[in-house]
This record gives sequence, structure tokens and C-alpha cells, in this order.
Amino acid sequence: MNDTVSKFSVNDLDLFYGSFQALKKINMEIKENEITAFIGPSGCGKSTFLKTLNRMNDLVENVQIGGNIYLDGVDIYSDIDVIKLRSRVGMVFQQPNPFPMSIYDNVAYGPRIHGIKKKNQLDEIVEKSLRQAAIWDEVKDKLKKSALAVSGGQQQRVCIARTLAVEPEVILMDEPTSALDPISTLKIEDLAVELKKDYTIIIVTHNMQQASRISDKTAFFLLGEMIEYGDTHQIFNNPVDKKTEDYITGRFG
Amino acid sequence: MENNKNVIDKQAHTDMAEVRMKPNRVRDIVEKIIETIFLLCAMASVISVIAIIAFVFWKGLTPFLGDNSYSFGAFITGTKWDPGNDIFGIFYMIVGSVFATIGAIIFGVPIGILTAVYIAEIAPKGLVKTIKPAIELLAGIPSVIYGAFGVGVIVPLVNKISPRPQGESLLAVICVLTVMILPTIINLTEASIKAVPKSYREASLGLGASKTQTIFQAVLPAAKSGILSATVLGIGRAIGETMAVMMIAGNPIGGIPSSIFDKIRPLTSNISMEMGYASGRHQEMLFATGVVLFIFIMVVNITLIKITNKAGEK
Repeated sequence: MNDTVSKFSVNDLDLFYGSFQALKKINMEIKENEITAFIGPSGCGKSTFLKTLNRMNDLVENVQIGGNIYLDGVDIYSDIDVIKLRSRVGMVFQQPNPFPMSIYDNVAYGPRIHGIKKKNQLDEIVEKSLRQAAIWDEVKDKLKKSALAVSGGQQQRVCIARTLAVEPEVILMDEPTSALDPISTLKIEDLAVELKKDYTIIIVTHNMQQASRISDKTAFFLLGEMIEYGDTHQIFNNPVDKKTEDYITGRFG
Repeated sequence: MENNKNVIDKQAHTDMAEVRMKPNRVRDIVEKIIETIFLLCAMASVISVIAIIAFVFWKGLTPFLGDNSYSFGAFITGTKWDPGNDIFGIFYMIVGSVFATIGAIIFGVPIGILTAVYIAEIAPKGLVKTIKPAIELLAGIPSVIYGAFGVGVIVPLVNKISPRPQGESLLAVICVLTVMILPTIINLTEASIKAVPKSYREASLGLGASKTQTIFQAVLPAAKSGILSATVLGIGRAIGETMAVMMIAGNPIGGIPSSIFDKIRPLTSNISMEMGYASGRHQEMLFATGVVLFIFIMVVNITLIKITNKAGEK
């Protein structure tokens, strides 16, 4: 476990929506250049936890957070600007959500808001990001077309390209394939595996096969608690906790 | 027991079927009558609009046709309105109306958009509860009251800074029209901002954009067509406004405005000031003014329809 560096360290994380406790004393080390999967039944807190990692939960009213999350040793809730944090920790959402603009403008959106204005520089970033997201060949002739005009799977890869264009260190994926067909899903999975060379990837998924196919580590959540966390192989083949085993074998959830 | 129930069900079923099969004259007639009432209601507005267009155009085009006709060119390009001497030029009024509308749009649209953004995205809920009723009230104030406010407050203020001897001016008209179109622009823009999916905001914030960047780069572009419609409706409102404008415009008998301190005579004022006592050619010329105004409004409406259709296609 010590051969790679911890990207995120989570210490005793509690999260409340009003008086409802959605996360209970989460402790976790997330390694660099690995894919970490969060699994668990709906409402178990895995998406909520994911969103604490780039502070998207700040947008929800009445959220209270206890404990600490460190990114490279820096507390993300006190010692780093949230805007800086989000450009280091990018996010891909459940529903493909390209802006109603051209594919080019979608990918260039991030670089532009971070101050890159030169056309040739933007061109370069757009191409590089779309290539990284394995969608360049499919869209290179329609960069000026609306991003909403391509298929759902392509939209999701455009969204991934948009995230990559900001050059984050971590990519959070919140059930990125749940709205996609099996072929698009496979493409996104291959892409995730490819991307982990350069990025740390954390993925929330309802799809057990997906977690076992692509992730290095898996964490199982239930009712706001992290029940078990370990190497994916071990979690799926030799779970320590009975609840993990029940979930993985499909006895509930 | 079970059997019994089945029999009853069957019986009920056949009864219903029988009722259904029976021709029902009375019901058919009632249906027809109701349908006709609906149709008549729908026709009321269509007939009205056709009647108004026909009447205004017929009356308004008469002076340019037949013997002893007035030159249409002189009418549309003239810069003097002197019914006593049979001079009817409305070019300076068109210019006045257009300038006043452009001015109101230049100030009203940005203020309206920013207000809408504030209400929809930034303001705390408590404050929204104060601002929104205020805007609704603003929309409900009769235009004669706007005019009175203009006469009592804005005209004297303009008079203080104006190099001209009077305060009635293009500037005063722009000020009042700006306020008058605000509710239209704010309400429509707010609605279109609220219709922007939350996922766009999340995507933008997730890329490290600030709240302001998100509003201006992601939310407003996505609400573009609604904002455009709001602007066009604002133009329609500004160009058609009569009472408030008439009270503060100055309404000179000629001269193209060359400064915001000049008096103007919008097309609408021209009609409303003189229609009461005009007759003959003079009256027909007022109708002709109405035709020009009508054409402006038509252009605005067609633009609006084009915009909304385009937005619908997406």
C-alpha cells in the first residue's frame, strides 16, 4: 500500500444535511494514479462523499461538514481557495451536461475562464483534450457544431475532454455511464483506465462489474458509513465484512 | 359468492355497453354548441385585429390616394407638422420614437438583466421577497402615473442640467421609458435564467469558474433566446407607450432632435394629442401616423416570433 502517494487523505469526515447525517466518520487514503471506485446502494452517501472532494456540496444549503480532507497534505476546506481546488479536482457528472455551445467552446470553456485567450493556444488545448478523451477522430470535423447534436456517449466524452482541458490532477466521476448504452460505457471505461496514467480517478458506480473491471481500489458504503475499503480484487473475491459480501453477491441493494 | 360477483359485473358491463351504443342527440347538440362558443371566443381576437388593421390602413392610406392626394414621400420624410397649413411631415417623429426606444433599451436592458440575475442567482430569499413585489407593482402602475412622475420629478431635474429652456426632452422620455420597460425585461429574463438547467452551473463551477464567471459565461448564454425575447418585447412596449411619453416629450411641431435635451414628438403622442378634435385630412393623417406605428409594431412582433421559433427548434 505504500508504493504510491496519497492524493487525498480523509480524516473523520462527517456530513450533515440539516439534521440528517449523510456521512459518518469516514477515514480514507486515496492513492495517486489509481482508479478508486465507490460502490453501495442508492442513498448510501457515496455521491455525497465524492462531492465533498471538490466541495460541490458547498452549493447545497444547510450542509455542515466535520473532520478534514487533505489534498496533497493541504486541508481543502480551510487552506485552499475553492476555485483553485476545483480546477485541480475536476468532475464528470452522471448526465452528460455539455453547455449549449459548440464542441470547441465547450472544451475551451475552462481554459478561457482561467485566462487563456490566444486562439492557437486554445486550439492546441482543445485538440489535445479531445484526443485524450478518445473522441477527437469522431468530432474533429464538427468542432463548430453544437455539442448537444452528438450522441449521449459522445457528449459524455466531450464533457471528459472539457474537464481534462483544465489540466486537473484528480477526476471525479459520478456514475458517468449510468445514462449511456453498453458500447459507450465500455469506451468510457477504457478511457478511464487510459487516463489513470496521468490522473487520479475516483468513480462512483452502481455497476459492480464496472468497479471490478476498472478500479484498483474499491470502497463500499452503506447508510453513510464506509464499511470496507481495499484492493478491488480483495473486495470482490474475499470481502472481510459480511455486509460487503451480501451487497456484492446481490443479496440486497 | 365469487360467482355472484361475476354475474353482477357482467350485468353492469352490458348495461354500460347498451348506454354507450345508444345515440344521444341532446348530447351531440350540446357538444356542437359548446364547440361553437369556443370558436366564437377564439375568433373575437382574430376579428378584432383584422378589423383594426383594415380600418387603420383604410383611413390612413386614403390621403395618399386619388385626386388632391398628399405626397407619401413628403409625409414620411417631412420634418414639420402643421395641420393648419396642410403640412404633415412625420420623419422627425419617427426619429424621436426610434431614439427614445433605443435609449430606453440601452439603459433598460442591462439594468433589467442584472436585476434578473440578482433575483435568480444571488439575492438571499428574504430580499427576493421584497424586490419581486416591487417589480410587480412597477408593472401595474398606470402609465399616466408614470407621466405625472415624469412631469413632477424628471422634467425639473432634466431642466436643471439642460442647456435648453425646458425640461421636456428626449432624455426625460428615455428615463421614464427605461423604468417602464424594466418589469417586462426583468420578469422574462428571470424566467429564462431559472429555466437554465442546474447541470450547466455545476459543470461550470466544477471547472473552477467563479460564481460571476458562471453567470456570465454559462448561464446567460444559455438563457440567450429568452433575454432576446425580453428585449424585443421591451422595444414593443417602449415604442407603443403613449400617455406617459406625451406628458414629458415636449411635442414640438417640427425639427429632428439633435441632442438628448431636445424636445421630441413620438408617433404615439402625435395621434393621441390631436385625434380628439381633428377632422378631414388632418384626421386621416393621424391615422396614417398610426399605420407607420403599426408597421413598427409588426416588425417587432415578427422578430419575436422568429426568435421564439428558433429557440423552440433547439
